Amino acid sequence: MSACSLLAQGLVAGYGERTILYDVNLSVPAGQTTAIVGANACGKSTLLRVLSRLLTPSQGSVLLEGNAIHQLPTRHLAQQLGFLPQSPIAPEGISVLELVSRGRHPHQGLFKRWSSADEVAVADALAATHLSELAERHMDELSGGQRQRVWIAMALAQQTKVLLLDEPTTFLDINHQIDVLDLLTDLNRQRGTTIVMVLHELNLAARYADQLVAMANGKVYAAGPPGEILTEQMVREVFGLESRVIEDPVTGKPMMIPIGRHGGIHTANAPCSQHKKAPCFG
Amino acid sequence: MQTCSQKPHASHSSSVPASGSSVNRAIALRIKRNAAQRLSGGTALLILLGLAAMLSVAFGAREVGWSEIVAALSGQVETMGDAAVASRLPRTLLAMLAGAALGVSGGVMQGLTRNPLADPGLLGVNAGAALAVVIGIAWFGIDETTSYIWTAIAGAAISACAVYAIASLGRGGATPLRLALAGAAITAALSSLTTAVVLPRGDIGGLVQSWLVGGVGGATYDQLLPVLPFLMTGFVITLLAARKLNMLALGDDTAAGLGEKVAVARAMSAVGAVLLCGPITAVCGPIGFVGLVVPHACRLLAGGDYRWLLPFSALGGAVLLTFSDVAGRLIAHPSELDVGIVTAFIGAPVFIWIVRNRKVGSL
Repeated sequence: MSACSLLAQGLVAGYGERTILYDVNLSVPAGQTTAIVGANACGKSTLLRVLSRLLTPSQGSVLLEGNAIHQLPTRHLAQQLGFLPQSPIAPEGISVLELVSRGRHPHQGLFKRWSSADEVAVADALAATHLSELAERHMDELSGGQRQRVWIAMALAQQTKVLLLDEPTTFLDINHQIDVLDLLTDLNRQRGTTIVMVLHELNLAARYADQLVAMANGKVYAAGPPGEILTEQMVREVFGLESRVIEDPVTGKPMMIPIGRHGGIHTANAPCSQHKKAPCFG
Repeated sequence: MQTCSQKPHASHSSSVPASGSSVNRAIALRIKRNAAQRLSGGTALLILLGLAAMLSVAFGAREVGWSEIVAALSGQVETMGDAAVASRLPRTLLAMLAGAALGVSGGVMQGLTRNPLADPGLLGVNAGAALAVVIGIAWFGIDETTSYIWTAIAGAAISACAVYAIASLGRGGATPLRLALAGAAITAALSSLTTAVVLPRGDIGGLVQSWLVGGVGGATYDQLLPVLPFLMTGFVITLLAARKLNMLALGDDTAAGLGEKVAVARAMSAVGAVLLCGPITAVCGPIGFVGLVVPHACRLLAGGDYRWLLPFSALGGAVLLTFSDVAGRLIAHPSELDVGIVTAFIGAPVFIWIVRNRKVGSL
């Protein structure tokens, strides 16, 4: 198990009286990209919050390289594990450089001031996210896709081995979604950063993840390589959706095509008479 | 349970192209430029503070000449003019200290609540301090500065906790908007309670009324000295909390992800803020709007980094309150206008400007 980065065992967690996760077991392979998918309210964001220690489970534990994260000193954990929430807040008037620099917080102390290591880490993070040219700009002048890159740069400056992201592509146009996911893949391949992210878009998750984790009703329904996990049966049982799963002509990964009630010509042999107003070529 | 297997591509870890010296240069340049901007801003504030202090000593109900000012400053009190100037010294010191404390306290509260409208006056903290002091005077007959201070700190702390608890009720926790609403509600409730306590007491009515306006007039060294240890502690705690406020500004989740204990950061900042505004309210009465206006103005000079913003707010608050006090003496000459009225005149338009120009909750 030495190549295991994060290991969740028997997690039970929730908010107040409401339990959201029931007995979740999950292992995150080191140096890989893991995507967590599932229907709304299945507990995927809650799981990410427990993995990042924002939420303490009522039962079970999360081990980071063998150490229980809920017992590690906060700053010590933040040097190893980064977390980017779904909607982080950019203080008014803050520049890209200032924001990325705040990622160095866990490496600085009260009396340990800005060091050359900090400077190198920040410059590195800006270069890796192609933001060097924008370092002087204010956050409010940037597009949504650029802003998301800045947040990722901040997490990079933190220089953690593991990076957790909650829906990093939400609210972005499709080109920026691909841009962000490509960037995360670069980080994973070039730096060996272990990435765990919650993703809404099933096909993008299957495309970019080494390990796909499907959650349903507060449990892990299945976890493994996308080719094994993304099946028509999984989509039916996890999302309650009829679909076809075909091979993505670009990547060779599985691709899910929903059928829906107004589904296409190759699915149910719906008689033409039921669709009088629509032209029917069946 | 699945097992983990290492992928071959993850083994090499440092092949991201090195930063390039141009970026390092840009960073160095930026840091240098920020430092230069702060230096000139800080120098300007210091000069203004010196000017304000000089005006505060020179102007008042009695017109004095240079010789009398010099005599009083060197400790000789022989003429009426000398005495007038000498009495303005503790007043000037109190104005500077009160302004600094309220400015920092406002900046801390804005950071703590991520609310641009936060201010010891608007979050109900001053109202809590005021009610506690009034109850102390009316029912327990307190009349010493030290007991005023402790009573005010207790009142400020209780109302701060009450506002925070009310704002935290329900899902979603204490958002900036909820804090502002809870603060307004508590302020209104506490102010009516204060009135209710004072109204039936004709004997203390005059004393409490003049105290409730907020002013630094008539300050003596005996009033000033007991406040100092509290303010010093407050300044030290808030400056130590400045890094934490920088993290809180990114949102609670991000702050926690960056290794900050959010609850500890909040508690520490709140204690510092209460230690600053409670004693000032005890001695001067509630003075509004300084804590609101000053940090906003100082953001233009110092930027959003609280490690700089708080010291700048201290200077800026001292400048604003001292000038306001001088203005109050000049406007109503030969009588005086309490400084709380002057700051309200300056602060109210700024308040409206902030509400109209900024999204509430954007800090």
